Amino acid sequence: MEVAANQLKRCDLVKATGRIDSATAPRLAEVFAEIHEEGRFRIVFDMNGVEFISSAGLRVLISAQKTCKRWNRGELVLAGVPQKIYDVLDLAGFVPLFKFFDTDVEAVGSF
Amino acid sequence: MSEGSASNSVCTRIKTSKTLTFPGQFEGLAAISEFVTGAARDAGLDARAIFAVQLAVDEACSNIIDHAYGGEGYGDIECTCRVTDDGLTVILRDQGRPFDPSCVPQPNLCPSLEDEDCTGGGLGLYFMHQLMDEVHFVFTPDSGNVLTMVKRRETGS
Repeated sequence: MEVAANQLKRCDLVKATGRIDSATAPRLAEVFAEIHEEGRFRIVFDMNGVEFISSAGLRVLISAQKTCKRWNRGELVLAGVPQKIYDVLDLAGFVPLFKFFDTDVEAVGSF
Repeated sequence: MSEGSASNSVCTRIKTSKTLTFPGQFEGLAAISEFVTGAARDAGLDARAIFAVQLAVDEACSNIIDHAYGGEGYGDIECTCRVTDDGLTVILRDQGRPFDPSCVPQPNLCPSLEDEDCTGGGLGLYFMHQLMDEVHFVFTPDSGNVLTMVKRRETGS
């Protein structure tokens, strides 16, 4: 997995590519934690390049979403989610917990 | 020596069988996935079924490392892929603690984030059962944990 984070005016944009599994999920958790530690809680996660996600990756998304939404201070929204990744979120029952956008531009514009 | 594959019914013919042993480390999950993906293609599974096998095997191996071995680097995972007449059988063996699937609680499928139980825990085993056609766990002191999972080819008419 490759992951990159960019601080924008109204939110942070995190992009990941490749596999999010037990080996790589901790790195993704670190990236979200670094943004939270700086007091920012509006995050777009661009998953367009994600090829695989396991429950270890889903746990990171749930944990980050809980931190973002605490005290209504922000939200983690998902952009460009490939169908097979969406299917995994659906299997876990997580679809209602996230807003989905086709592109990162639309997602960034939602904040 | 017993192969511990009682779930293969006598009428399912094995076409090929390959076994590789991987170190029980998360970094090896991608290599295990590659091995299993090759066999799933040989078995004629479609893209959706191949992804299901990849996810089920990833979850199974993560559970072996986390729970049977209690961490990374404590033992190996032996992975056998059997291409059969009607699909793919994946057999995972480890020498870790006996695994009893009945002790794993059902996951909370997260109606709301406010729910304390909404952590994504317990999803691995749930995914395996949802994604595969058969999932069997057997433990014997001689062969350790043996997990057999079957994915059948969709029979298009």
